[in-house]
Amino acid sequence: MAQRAVAIAPRWPGTAAAVLVLVLTIGTLAAVGWRAEWQRGLSPADWVVIRFTLHQALVSAMLSVVLAIPVARALARRQFAGRKVLVTLLGAPFLLPVIVAVIGLIAVFGRNGVVNTGLTWLGLPTVTIYGFHGVVLAHVFFNLPLAIRLILQGWLSIPAERFRLAASLNMPVGRLLEWPMLRNVVPGAFLVIFLICLTSFAVALTLGGGPRATTVELAIYQALRFDFDLGRAAMLAAIQFGLCAVAAALVWRVTSVDALGAGLDRVVQRWDLRWPLMDYLMIALVAVFLLMPLAMIIWRGVPGLALMPASIWAAAGRSVIVAACSALLCVTMALGLALRGGSLIAVVGVLPLAASGLVVGTGAFLLVYPVINPARLALPITILVNATLALPFALRAIAPSATAIQRDFARLGASLGLTGWAFVRIVVLPRIRRPLGFGAGLAAALSMGDLGVIALFAGEAEQTLPLAMFRLMGAFRMEAAAGAALLLLVLSFAAFWLCDQGGRADADL
Amino acid sequence: MLTCDKLLLTQDDFTLMADITFPAGKVTALIGPSGAGKSTLLAAITGFLAPAAGRVLWQGDDLTGLAPGARPISAIFQDNNLFPHLTIRQNVGLGLRPTLRLTRNELTQVEHALDAVGLSGLGSRKPGALSGGQQSRAALARVLLAQRPVVLLDEPFAALGPGLKDEMLDLVQATLGAAGRTLLMVTHDPSDAKRIADQAAFVGDGQVSAPISTDVFFRDPSPALAAYLG
Repeated sequence: MAQRAVAIAPRWPGTAAAVLVLVLTIGTLAAVGWRAEWQRGLSPADWVVIRFTLHQALVSAMLSVVLAIPVARALARRQFAGRKVLVTLLGAPFLLPVIVAVIGLIAVFGRNGVVNTGLTWLGLPTVTIYGFHGVVLAHVFFNLPLAIRLILQGWLSIPAERFRLAASLNMPVGRLLEWPMLRNVVPGAFLVIFLICLTSFAVALTLGGGPRATTVELAIYQALRFDFDLGRAAMLAAIQFGLCAVAAALVWRVTSVDALGAGLDRVVQRWDLRWPLMDYLMIALVAVFLLMPLAMIIWRGVPGLALMPASIWAAAGRSVIVAACSALLCVTMALGLALRGGSLIAVVGVLPLAASGLVVGTGAFLLVYPVINPARLALPITILVNATLALPFALRAIAPSATAIQRDFARLGASLGLTGWAFVRIVVLPRIRRPLGFGAGLAAALSMGDLGVIALFAGEAEQTLPLAMFRLMGAFRMEAAAGAALLLLVLSFAAFWLCDQGGRADADL
Repeated sequence: MLTCDKLLLTQDDFTLMADITFPAGKVTALIGPSGAGKSTLLAAITGFLAPAAGRVLWQGDDLTGLAPGARPISAIFQDNNLFPHLTIRQNVGLGLRPTLRLTRNELTQVEHALDAVGLSGLGSRKPGALSGGQQSRAALARVLLAQRPVVLLDEPFAALGPGLKDEMLDLVQATLGAAGRTLLMVTHDPSDAKRIADQAAFVGDGQVSAPISTDVFFRDPSPALAAYLG
């Protein structure tokens, strides 16, 4: 029976979180719009940057999705030892700091990398990882696993009974079952990846650059950091926001994909299987493509650990603090929003997806610059921005449980006079520990590896581990950078693991 | 006594009118077909549904604007009467103190309440480790401890088998009834009413009839009740 919703948890934390998100997204956007010098118009170089941004995102998304389809199909219908590990591994790039992956990719595809060594040995011309190819390669490395997971989810969402029916009627499974599913799932996956590639900064920063391989995000960074041309940075940020808003609106229209989806560990029983070799070949290729760079990070990183300058450890300490604060803030906001509910929350929960770190960062820079030296606020602003950008993912992890708790226990709580903070302490927190830990883990790992807004703000004294590592790469100290990459990798996964396990430990429900 | 003073309840296109009093210290059964508004009436009395018009009074005090937890009313719902992550002792203790910070004396009271419903020694278990009947007893122990004069039972124990349900109803009467609480029980099963209710009222056609003695209620049923009983 429908009953009046009882406001049983405090509402103001959710309201405060919503205001913070609105200030950081809409507020910084307003600052950007206000300072943008439109009268200067777009130079031909700006158009090149915009074209490159769209072009690389389009190609990256296309390649990721096209390659993902056969792999997802293979995973959907083959049972083999290690399948579960591989599916789990496909979730790892989400937590993997971009700059760490780049180090791994350079070790495989770079000038002295495994691939080029092999090519030279065979007497073939070498490949370069810098420029367009490198940017696309890194984006495919990151997004192919996501595409595989999304499409695998689509495959597993086809009821097993349909396959049984198709088999008994000898119907063509591909045309009747798989093609309609792909037509539903693939556009959404494509758009999500397109959006991610559109806002990618660290990849362009490390593998792109130069007049022919600069994204809008990178151009913002250069305008702000090197030319200190605030008007141009603001204008580019406004353009970047426009691009993202259009892409995000399309994503919103086309899909409700859940990148964190569970239940990928079952296999659909099939009766139309031939060509097992093809399937296993695809799976093996993807596994090698994903594992090689990871293995190289460890292989090159261990000897590099001893070569790291002392400043790396200080930077690592800063990163740990930033990640912890950001995770705490993120889950607090997510919990507040989830308990508050309402339609505003739905908007606030997806708004950060359309925001990019650099756009928010530029806006924040413009806001604080007249008042205070931005470097002094580097870490607090990084914490705020990271928490906000991770909010949609944390919210997605927490919201279903928060809703269920309210639905099942708000009535009992209210009738006992168990409301407000007591309800949160006694009922909500113990029952929501698992998703809370998972959400905190995501936020911590994302923040730990973030190389975005911090690059705009930080000087030498405020650098976090990803930034310190980037500066080592810029100084061509690749061995030390490899050591820092390994450290960052360990810290990111440890942060996730600690939070996630913390939520699981004796959480008996 | 508990009074519904010209109470008008609306939900979407459903309306229920109640203008009745329930005498203190008695067990009253509310009987009627599903969808007739029995649970809606309880929700309004407990404070989960704001009435469109009218008042709810206990001993002359107006309860209408009070939050559910501030009313002199305890409730046992159809389900979700216990928090699964708290021990039985904590669940029962919530009846005394919603903050769960219990004094030694209050903990003793909790143990007494557990004894009274036959759950001695099970206080440190979680609800999941108890049978359905034992879970109902734990909810009852909490209501017993809460010392609120009015107790509402919304299809209580409906998930239990018939034998177990009768046992629970008898226990309700032996504990809450004997303590002089005012009981209001929603049920669709006439035998529940016959078992423990002093009076019964029929809910149907958007109205609540005045409660009359259970014997008379069933011996000489109104046309609507007769149609419901079949």
